[in-house]
Amino acid sequence: MSAALLFWLAGSGLIGLSVYGLIVNPHPLCKLLALNLLGSGVFLLFGVIARRGASAGLGGDPVPQALVITGIVVAFSATAIAVALLLRLHTEAGEASIDEEDGQP
Amino acid sequence: MMPLQALAVTETTPGGSLLVLGIVMPAVALVALIGLGGRGARAIVIAALLFQLYVAVRVALLVAGTQSPLAYVVGGFHPPLGITLRADGISALMMVVSAAIFLAAAGFAWKDFAQPGGKPEARAPLIFWSAMLAMASALNLLFTSSDLFNLYVGIELLTFAAIPVTAIKGGADTLRAALRYLLFAVFGSMLYLFGIVLLYGAYGTLDISGIAAQLQPNAATLAAAGFVTVGLLAKTALFPFHLWLPPAHAGAPAAGSAVLSALVVKGSLFLLMRLWFDTFPTLREPADMQLLALSGALAVIVGSVTALRQQRLKLLVAYSTVAQIGYMFFVFSLAPKGTGEAIAATAWTGAWLQVVAHAFAKAGMFLAAGLAAEVLGHDRIRDLGGLSRRAPLAVLAFALSGLSLMGLPPSGGFNAKFMLLVAALAGGQWVWGAVIIAGGVLAGAYVFGVLARMMAEPAAGASLQAVGRGRQWIALGLSAVAVLMGLLPLEPVAFLAIGRAL
Repeated sequence: MSAALLFWLAGSGLIGLSVYGLIVNPHPLCKLLALNLLGSGVFLLFGVIARRGASAGLGGDPVPQALVITGIVVAFSATAIAVALLLRLHTEAGEASIDEEDGQP
Repeated sequence: MMPLQALAVTETTPGGSLLVLGIVMPAVALVALIGLGGRGARAIVIAALLFQLYVAVRVALLVAGTQSPLAYVVGGFHPPLGITLRADGISALMMVVSAAIFLAAAGFAWKDFAQPGGKPEARAPLIFWSAMLAMASALNLLFTSSDLFNLYVGIELLTFAAIPVTAIKGGADTLRAALRYLLFAVFGSMLYLFGIVLLYGAYGTLDISGIAAQLQPNAATLAAAGFVTVGLLAKTALFPFHLWLPPAHAGAPAAGSAVLSALVVKGSLFLLMRLWFDTFPTLREPADMQLLALSGALAVIVGSVTALRQQRLKLLVAYSTVAQIGYMFFVFSLAPKGTGEAIAATAWTGAWLQVVAHAFAKAGMFLAAGLAAEVLGHDRIRDLGGLSRRAPLAVLAFALSGLSLMGLPPSGGFNAKFMLLVAALAGGQWVWGAVIIAGGVLAGAYVFGVLARMMAEPAAGASLQAVGRGRQWIALGLSAVAVLMGLLPLEPVAFLAIGRAL
């Protein structure tokens, strides 16, 4: 088994796990963590593609590595916004749950 | 049907720098906003949006004049490594629509998000105005970029600018809606990113025409197309991913809801159309496309029926967005590869007319709903009575928008739905035709239900506030555009095919 294949499987496994976690965990914080895991899986695949797509002589294709940095920044910003919303929700409602629908008067 | 002209435009065309201005200028204004503080925020935003409209109209005129797309090769780096900005007919159209609706919404919000003098500066106005600029910039990026990763950045910027607008009112329900929106959106963008990395692995480029030129129907491409599509569907709120949309759009301030419903959901829809018609044109197998049309049909039916059952006006309008988005997905099935060109062109024009007519109608309707809530102090549909006395123009705006949503002639909605219907019947897909008609009937039911309440006598003891004429005229103006689009001839619009090989 080559290293690229191993990482490919690991990335796919992370993606599968996180989609499962995203669906079954009702708590928004768990969902957020699952999304971060999903991001990690996808970013790992960027590394695999960079390795596989490397032209002769280079250790890796630099393009996916450049892309993954942007991806990480975006994922970080999304997490920051989500945590800010969660904290605010916790202070306003006393609990951080997105399940309870607003009762329509 | 219409693949990109095979790598025809890779050089910067005259006027191509306008595309850069359309993206960069709102961002520069945004920086100015943060530097100068909130006092002059709204003036800067209006000035920036006026300039945006000027740029968009210039782009549209250039595209129409030369009958060919504008292009700008950023930094002189050509694809496969560099990024090309490219405006064809649909890009130019959407740039103009977006600038016009942003300007109207900003005018509407002028008073709501003022920064009163003599008091310490509030945070909400600055957040709102910055988000408007950020959304305007991100949408222009989405409409013009032809690099898949660049488009990813654009779609993320759009989401991150839209979230604060949905959450700006505060309150547990609104925050919950914003959080759910964010979770759906981030999930969607991760799937999109996954699809992109597969495409890069398979083709070694992220340029749309570069991928289209060497497209193979292999496993990696099919998987990538699937992931990208599902990711974008989650962001577009197509049934069954629509659950986040109504509370998020209903919880935003009126001007914010107008922009979110009219434009922001169209950003990811635009990208989806770009992908299936420009990047994967040969992958459009009829069976897969029927699945998208089926989701669209279910969105029309479920969205309309749920709208009928709503007790709050803004939620009704938001569910109507879910339904109207559904119509746009018929184009995937009605314009398949290999059928008669005339049918495909009819469906293509119908879908874009639906996008534009819905944008204007829904913006006008959300602004009218916002005015109703201001007059009455609530937005319970049961107690809308008396509105027609205090805000007659807002009621008229709601009615005209409703005309277009139902698809009654003369209105842009009629033209759009009629052309989709013609394409459905000509292509032998009468099921979608039946759904289009049923959706119109259901829309009629919820629009007339609301209008009847608005015309009723005020409830005893209701205290009605007065609202200014100016904002009513803005709502009416937007709805009027949706209706006036009905004067267009019922035939494929050539402008929408510019830059695409027919």
